[in-house]
Amino acid sequence: MSEVLVLVDHVDGAVSKPTLELLALAGRLGEPSAVFIGPSGQGAEAATKLGEYGAAKVYVVDDAEVKGYLVAPKAEVLAQLVEKTSPAAVLLVSSYEGKEIGGRLAIKTGSGLITDAVDIADDGTTTQAVFAGNYSVQAKVTRGTPIVTVKPNSTAPEASGAAGTVEEFSATISDSAKKAQIVASQPRKASGRPELTEAAIVVSGGRGTGGDFAPVEGLADALGAAVGASRAAVDSGWMPHSFQVGQTGKTVSPQLYLANGISGAIQHRAGMQTSKTIVAVNKDEEAPIFELVDFGVVGDLHAVLPALTEKVKERKG
Amino acid sequence: MNIVVCVKYVPDATADRQFESDNTVDRVGVDGLLSELDEYAVEQALQIKEKRSDEDISITALCVGPEKAVDAVRKALQMGADKGVHVSDDAIAGSDYAATSLVLAKAVQKIDAEEKVDLVMCGMASTDGSGSVVPAMLAERLDYPQVTFGSKIETQGDQVRIQRDGDVATEIIGGSMPLVLSVTDQTGEARYPSFKGIMAAKKKPMETWSLGDIGVDAGEVGLSVAWTTVQEATARPPRQAGEVHTDEDGSGAGALADFLASKKFI
Repeated sequence: MSEVLVLVDHVDGAVSKPTLELLALAGRLGEPSAVFIGPSGQGAEAATKLGEYGAAKVYVVDDAEVKGYLVAPKAEVLAQLVEKTSPAAVLLVSSYEGKEIGGRLAIKTGSGLITDAVDIADDGTTTQAVFAGNYSVQAKVTRGTPIVTVKPNSTAPEASGAAGTVEEFSATISDSAKKAQIVASQPRKASGRPELTEAAIVVSGGRGTGGDFAPVEGLADALGAAVGASRAAVDSGWMPHSFQVGQTGKTVSPQLYLANGISGAIQHRAGMQTSKTIVAVNKDEEAPIFELVDFGVVGDLHAVLPALTEKVKERKG
Repeated sequence: MNIVVCVKYVPDATADRQFESDNTVDRVGVDGLLSELDEYAVEQALQIKEKRSDEDISITALCVGPEKAVDAVRKALQMGADKGVHVSDDAIAGSDYAATSLVLAKAVQKIDAEEKVDLVMCGMASTDGSGSVVPAMLAERLDYPQVTFGSKIETQGDQVRIQRDGDVATEIIGGSMPLVLSVTDQTGEARYPSFKGIMAAKKKPMETWSLGDIGVDAGEVGLSVAWTTVQEATARPPRQAGEVHTDEDGSGAGALADFLASKKFI
């Protein structure tokens, strides 16, 4: 069976959940091989977890010549592994970085690239949600090694107990790949809440909060949910951009999405329209968000949300 | 300094976007316009020119697309770009990321041959395909550094620095020109063309190039040789609007809690 390369997304060796999802998808196409780029010591530790979730092999690539530079060196590492292993496919997480590595790898290897897949079938056919989630597209790579970036939450990780055998791989990084330097890096502070793109429930606020996100955050915490924001709330400086749900922010597809004080412009819908259940609270009964909801409340979020938060706490006991 | 800004003509996101029978995006039957996210790139190019007003800086808006796509170039000229280049050829229709980046790279090389290019600027994504990969592919093809997804842009001499807000960290990325620079919608609102700008745009130089002009063989691009194929594009059934409860008497929270409980969320 051919190998399927999965680029591991990790922070200091801690493997992200979307990476485990990629391993589950890779298992449909062949034998999953994880590619861990980082310090060798961390690689051995990560390999245990990667093996547990389906990686038969874990290529550990020392990042001494990779870490100080943007994207290009990682694409070179993958291109050399593609050359060595002739994989059935290469899977990456659909992040800024994952997409850009995929893009460069596609040109380097003369391979077709599909971005933002939400599913991959056994025969390599991908599914994407396009045009703000109004269309579903089935596509396939027809040339070279299929390279697919996959959105978080597209499938569930599967604990399958594979070997996770570590194989050191040493890549050669060209000078040309070291031209865009990472001059400084400031890790984002952990919020203590679930990751926006991975959460089962997302509670979002928009212009209607008037800048006061306390009711939104209170409800999110009672539900164990992530907090999101509309572009209007981010542009007003009320919430950082990393909270933005929409076309130029995060795309989320949770079990439950609660939009509060959000009108539901196309930019926002693009980021949440594929949520399983949608609920909205908005003062304006004409707000387009109400066209999407499974349940809506026309009312003031500053009254409805605190009362709802109390009821959630009561019911959860 | 010579700046090329890549601008895409896209179907209006607020219109009823659709696919053609060959599963390519309908770029003719739906009203189109300059991709909103590329306006930020045009804006940042203009700001670089304004900040470095003691230098001779030229901004060329470069567009690949069908005949009507010239509207995107025109908008960039109205905003303040100096020249327009529109690469248009029937053979390009249906091109994927790879072919699009090839055509853009060859056009940049042609511009570069006439006057050395320092910066190739792009938006963070198109509003139709939303791939976000063409800038990286363009950098790969041109062998330029990529300094991408900038939310704050600074240039000094031939140095470019950006702030890149990633998922786990905010990074400062730096590189030397020539390079590919992509910018996000966090860089600040793009200007509207002024009446003066609209009038001035009519007199600005505008060239239309075919594939032959940039040295690309028609057999290298288009739908038939794309490295990916769309097998099916189906409209999702519109969501059925559910129950909307009016919170007149403070009953909204209770009704919502009952709904959430009925769906087993609480």
